[in-house]
Amino acid sequence: MNIFWTLLRRELSAFFLSLTGYVIIAAVTLLTGLSFVVLVQNLGSDPSPMPVTEMFYQTYFFWLIVLLAAPVITMRLFALEKAAGTFETLMTTQVGDAQVVAAKFTASLVFYLITWLPLLACLFIVRHFTNQSGLDAGTVGGMFLGIFLTGGLFLSLGCFASSLTRSQMSAATISFVLGVSLFALGFLAEALPAAPQWSSQVIAYFGLFKQMHDFARGVVDTRTVIFYVSATFLFLFLTLRVVESRRWK
Amino acid sequence: MIQVSNMTKCYAGRTAVDDISFTVAPGEIVGLLGPNGAGKSTTMRVLSGFMPATSGTVRVAGLDVFHDSDAVRRRIGYMPENNPLYPEMRVREYLKYRARLKGLGWTNSRARVTTVMEQCGLTDVGRRVIGQLSKGYKQRVGLADALVHEPELIILDEPTIGLDPHQIRSVRQLIKGLAGRHTVLISTHILPEAEMMCNRMLIMFDGRVLASDTPENLQRRMAGGSQVIAEIAAPENLLRAAWEQWPDVARFDVVPGEGDFFRCALTPSDGRDLRPAIFNLARERGWVLRELTRSRHSLEDIYLQVTKPDQEEAE
Repeated sequence: MNIFWTLLRRELSAFFLSLTGYVIIAAVTLLTGLSFVVLVQNLGSDPSPMPVTEMFYQTYFFWLIVLLAAPVITMRLFALEKAAGTFETLMTTQVGDAQVVAAKFTASLVFYLITWLPLLACLFIVRHFTNQSGLDAGTVGGMFLGIFLTGGLFLSLGCFASSLTRSQMSAATISFVLGVSLFALGFLAEALPAAPQWSSQVIAYFGLFKQMHDFARGVVDTRTVIFYVSATFLFLFLTLRVVESRRWK
Repeated sequence: MIQVSNMTKCYAGRTAVDDISFTVAPGEIVGLLGPNGAGKSTTMRVLSGFMPATSGTVRVAGLDVFHDSDAVRRRIGYMPENNPLYPEMRVREYLKYRARLKGLGWTNSRARVTTVMEQCGLTDVGRRVIGQLSKGYKQRVGLADALVHEPELIILDEPTIGLDPHQIRSVRQLIKGLAGRHTVLISTHILPEAEMMCNRMLIMFDGRVLASDTPENLQRRMAGGSQVIAEIAAPENLLRAAWEQWPDVARFDVVPGEGDFFRCALTPSDGRDLRPAIFNLARERGWVLRELTRSRHSLEDIYLQVTKPDQEEAE
């Protein structure tokens, strides 16, 4: 466990010791800010029964952030270590493969959540100037749970992509393509009518928009939570297998 | 300390190390010598537990590298090729991080980091960012990292590559200082370097160990067939005639040098040292002799020499 914390600290500090970390934070803050502008305009134009978090989510900047930030955050994790050769020094110490994967993923998740913190400030501003009843702890909590779960899934995709290659660019591209495919499945789930066949029911699980929509309204469906968590673990497991593959390749 | 028996390592479709066996006794400094692509780095990677051998057994301190990987890794300090480091970290911070990863406790790691920083002359640069250090200092950071958990066996993959002569000297001295307390395995493709640092050399070529001996013995084996260079001021035709008539000279080459001097490269026919005879010849005939050297063996000569018996056996 000690080794896990040591690894986690190092991985997390790596984000803040490089320019990339600050660029990501700046970019996400810019996008959150833009969506905040759109949100304020919407709030000003006509009254709406929706909670503010839901309106925020509906600006669609949200998905842009998830799709772009996750590959950029995770591309470094394994690809850079492999390219620089530090992967070899890392794996010849007392660390276990699972510890490395877990620490890298956790660090990226923590960093991802940090980049979302400005949103909290935006929501507080709205609350301060509107004394809106639509902004309570439940909807904000639901929103952040949604951000946490979708983030986990997209970051685990990124971890997997990064473990496959030595080039950060390829890692980012692979995870972007995987992310967009998942995103496209969400469209498919939206477009297909609900039907009793198993295939359409399976696709319905990939209805990322509807699920996130629910979170933003403060509705937490355990099936969705389990879906996200298990998909995240699936990709982390695949990452672990790739990391272990040097032993049998 | 190290027992390698019949180890083979294949990468997809290519055999990097082909059925090698060797042992290293505790406290020895052994040089693994060979050209690029001979399989040195692969051997070291297997020894360090980074990846397993395709077949054969590799034991370190009596423990199987693959099955007791954890226990073996605790006993090994490994510095890979090109000495990879995290350039954004500070020296002390990096060493402490590495010490923690190697299972040292909080207080113990602090003490050990201070010790190895003194040992490797890093005390003054402890707060500097690694990426801004000179190559020599980086190399010392890599060495300090390999030493930090007091391993019994230290594996260094080309520790002096890319350094300037001063830095090479200081790194060499550091490594020599490890003798006795640690077993050291160093890879290099520079022969004089191995001669200076190692008790024993293993020569690898094309995935096989061709020779394993002390540097002196290898030199002796190599002495036969070495070329002698002599710079003599004499008429060219007389020189040529002298070499032609001399039965001990198998081949010769005479090229004009500065002024009246001619540079003669002579290969002896039976491994004899030609130098005393050349000196006597020059004295007898009253020629001016200004240089007389036996050319040092390049690593290539050694490979040729060592591979020769094999080829003859095959024929």
